[in-house]
Amino acid sequence: MSLLNENRQHGDPGIEHEPLHQDVPAGPTHESPLQRDHATTIFEKGAPGRRAFQCPDMDVPVVEGLIPEGFRRKSPARLPEVSEPELVRHYVRVSKRNYDLDSGFYPLGSCTMKHNPRLHERVAALPGHARLHPMQRPEHAQGALELMHNLEHALGEVAGLPHVSLQPSAGSHGELLGVLLTRAYHESRGERRVKVLTPDTAHGTNPATVTMAGFEVVRVATNDQGGVDVDDLRAKADDQVACLMLTNPNTLGIFDPNIEEIAKIVHDVGGTLYYDGANLNAVMGISRPGDMGFDIVHYNLHKSFTQPHGGGGPGAGPIAVSDRLAPFLPKPVVRRNDDGTYDLDHDLPQSVGRLRGFQGNYGVFVRSYAYICSLGAEGLKDASETAVLNANYLLARLRELDTENRIPLAFGELCMHEFVLSGAPMKKELGIRTLDLAKRLLDHGYHPPTVYFPLLVDEALLMEPTETETKETLDAFAESMAAILIEAADDPSIAQNAPYTTPVRRLDEAGAAKRPVIRQPL
Amino acid sequence: MSRYTTTTEADLAAMLETIGVSSLEEIFDRQIPEGVRLRERLDLPGGRSEQDVYAHLRDLAAKNTSAEDELTFLGAGMYDHYVPAVIDMLMSRSEFLTPYTPYQPEISQGGLQCMFEYQTAISELTGLAVSNASVYEGPSAVAAAGYLAKLTNGKGKFVASAGLHPHSLETLRTYAHGYDIEVVEVPLQDGVTDPDAWAAAIDDDTSAVFFAQPNFLGAVEDASALSAAAKNSPAVVVAQVDPITLGVLAPPGECGVDVAVGEGQSLGQRLDFGGPSFGFFAATEAYLRRMPGRIAGETTDVDGRRGFVLTLQTREQHIRREKATSNICTSQALNALGGVVYLSWLGKEGFVELGELLVQRTHYARETLAALDGVEKLHDQPVVREFALRLEVRDVDAVIARCQEQGVNPGLALPDGGLLVALTEQRTKAHIDKLAEVLGAAVSEQRTGTGQEVAA
Repeated sequence: MSLLNENRQHGDPGIEHEPLHQDVPAGPTHESPLQRDHATTIFEKGAPGRRAFQCPDMDVPVVEGLIPEGFRRKSPARLPEVSEPELVRHYVRVSKRNYDLDSGFYPLGSCTMKHNPRLHERVAALPGHARLHPMQRPEHAQGALELMHNLEHALGEVAGLPHVSLQPSAGSHGELLGVLLTRAYHESRGERRVKVLTPDTAHGTNPATVTMAGFEVVRVATNDQGGVDVDDLRAKADDQVACLMLTNPNTLGIFDPNIEEIAKIVHDVGGTLYYDGANLNAVMGISRPGDMGFDIVHYNLHKSFTQPHGGGGPGAGPIAVSDRLAPFLPKPVVRRNDDGTYDLDHDLPQSVGRLRGFQGNYGVFVRSYAYICSLGAEGLKDASETAVLNANYLLARLRELDTENRIPLAFGELCMHEFVLSGAPMKKELGIRTLDLAKRLLDHGYHPPTVYFPLLVDEALLMEPTETETKETLDAFAESMAAILIEAADDPSIAQNAPYTTPVRRLDEAGAAKRPVIRQPL
Repeated sequence: MSRYTTTTEADLAAMLETIGVSSLEEIFDRQIPEGVRLRERLDLPGGRSEQDVYAHLRDLAAKNTSAEDELTFLGAGMYDHYVPAVIDMLMSRSEFLTPYTPYQPEISQGGLQCMFEYQTAISELTGLAVSNASVYEGPSAVAAAGYLAKLTNGKGKFVASAGLHPHSLETLRTYAHGYDIEVVEVPLQDGVTDPDAWAAAIDDDTSAVFFAQPNFLGAVEDASALSAAAKNSPAVVVAQVDPITLGVLAPPGECGVDVAVGEGQSLGQRLDFGGPSFGFFAATEAYLRRMPGRIAGETTDVDGRRGFVLTLQTREQHIRREKATSNICTSQALNALGGVVYLSWLGKEGFVELGELLVQRTHYARETLAALDGVEKLHDQPVVREFALRLEVRDVDAVIARCQEQGVNPGLALPDGGLLVALTEQRTKAHIDKLAEVLGAAVSEQRTGTGQEVAA
């Protein structure tokens, strides 16, 4: 069955595009209203003298010369000059050129694009949270410290590790802290180890972090089942190894069956085990990194714990550690006093120091804490179970639709919360690449899966549907995938030139990098 | 099934059949070794209704004393500026709040264009040619600048002014320890970086120099002189700048600064007990290809339409892995959007007017407070929006506590009797006069001994 219009022309997407304004007639070029509305920036709007801001009255006597002439700005920054109506209209129009999770499906692997409950925005905006100054004295910030303490406890329980620092700002920041803690731990024992092991399936942040923390990256191979090659690990594990950084389930969606042995090998040479929590959404309440033998875990609160992604942040990347790493945690830590009050403890002589200002992204903590309160122990487990169910169902639906000969599963039979397909047969037999499939999915109204990652799978497609999507959404998405393959068998150029319905079509990325224009000339 | 999942009994049965397993349990049993299965329930409370969770979070909020509850003069890196309503409205739009990082530019033009506009605004403010699309926040931005310097020249020492925010200094040390660079601190003299000690500390092995503008005590530094002192060394000159002061202070790019970084909270971000806000990172063109983080660039699509993409990605971790210029991935896109909306809301003239208002009110507050008995200026340097005092009392914390009892938070206690006082446009002359009255009384009480019980 073809989903496509029988009469479609070459290059026509064959998808009905809903015009935003019914009174705008469809032009002969089939440009959508969003495409006709060419991008103009805020700097190209407005007129000299226009403004949205009314400055409060100068209610103190004006004194000249307070800032010496040599220190003063000579000409004003050329900021926009717009009224509030122009400002609002500009950014609302710009916003409509974005795809977003509230309007559509985002099966983006290792990013866990789950629903963002609106309750969280409401509670985070309460003035008692939103207008709390970070330097407020602890006795006047008891609610915030209690919240942080409770969140630490809950996160520690999910990971199976007792000590939590909420300070890091994102996953990669948590990784940096984790590797620095490892370093401090070894240094405290008079050892200067130089190597950190990472599997070749690792997120790019892992090796980048290792370098930033002054270690050398040693890659560990992946075996035929998609797990760590234990023989290779054994060969590379020596007394120079500070740490193994692992994601489990890994970026192939495979839970490593040898995890206990892997942990033993690393611990036997005195190394620590670091758990990249990007995939924690697969195992909440089901299996705990601490029980697997990990010493350090980072959480992405913007993945498993519903902080909205915001188009690239903010997030938060707390970490949990075992007893032996606890003395090195960053300053300050939240303490619960015997009388039930809370305090910030700065007196930590072995601490690695600070990773950032203040106490971390508290606004994110409020949202994630609200989520944990809403779900509770059973709800968190249900979230992970359903995430895994949905991933396996999507995988099975794609098989049912006969896509397996073109985009087979790269490793394994079943999967955890995500899985990786290889578009290599599709490329060979249909002449369309994974990129083309992804771009054609845009015309079907979906955000595509992660493409070309993990690196060891040729033409990789990494899919993570998350637990908050319905069966109907998964069915419709699988059918779109199948329809694109059928369409490509007939005419590969359609996918090769996709998308057609988006605000802009394929962009010249090479040109952008060659001659970078990264600000508006004014 | 919770209220955020949707699998009915009928769905589950159909899905398991399609998968070809008899139960959900089987999916896990076949993949996770029994030795690492969690067989107990997590030791957490049960789930709660939306209204119960709201009530709990409201009760926690009520245990805090926020800037809504007292007249606050706290600053020290984050400030109680007014956040205009348009920011709340725009930042809560689904199209900005809920997308992922714009890896698919065709459906992410909104976010990418906002990054491009943000980069333009930061570049204008700082007088530097290139800005990235944001980093986490202020102090880690300072440390990120250090890593850029290390990659650039590989020298072994950082020279940092003691006028940096203490959190910036600590963060820089934490990062620098990771890649074995020593941090040498240069003391302050009369409230600003000691020029002789600064010049003496900089040598051929200096990778970068760091100062704050204004510095932690609120004093305006001679940025040009500090930069010039590093001119004959390999050092990258890094300034941590409070962006709200750049309506009146010379932009770092005109003072010989190579890299300007800072905390963006004063540009339309909530206090949020310290985050999330955003950090900014701007540099001269020479450092473009060593910048950390996302950068949006302008280009065209196949039909010639103007568009935006993430560019120069070969710097980044997802491409370069261990050779990346930084490990940063998720940063602060939504907050940076708030930043550019705020700057557009202030506008070209408003940005300067706000800066002038801060200068005048800060001057008034400083003179008014310094005229109180037992209160003097900690330094006489020019200030923009924050200043330091010395209280001739035994216990500054007790003075602050006494003021807070009367609904006024006078600022941050510094060592040796210091008090750091910050202004925003939300603090009027009447508020300043109220602060003077309350602080004057609290200092006087303690000096005459009547305030001793407060200290307990």
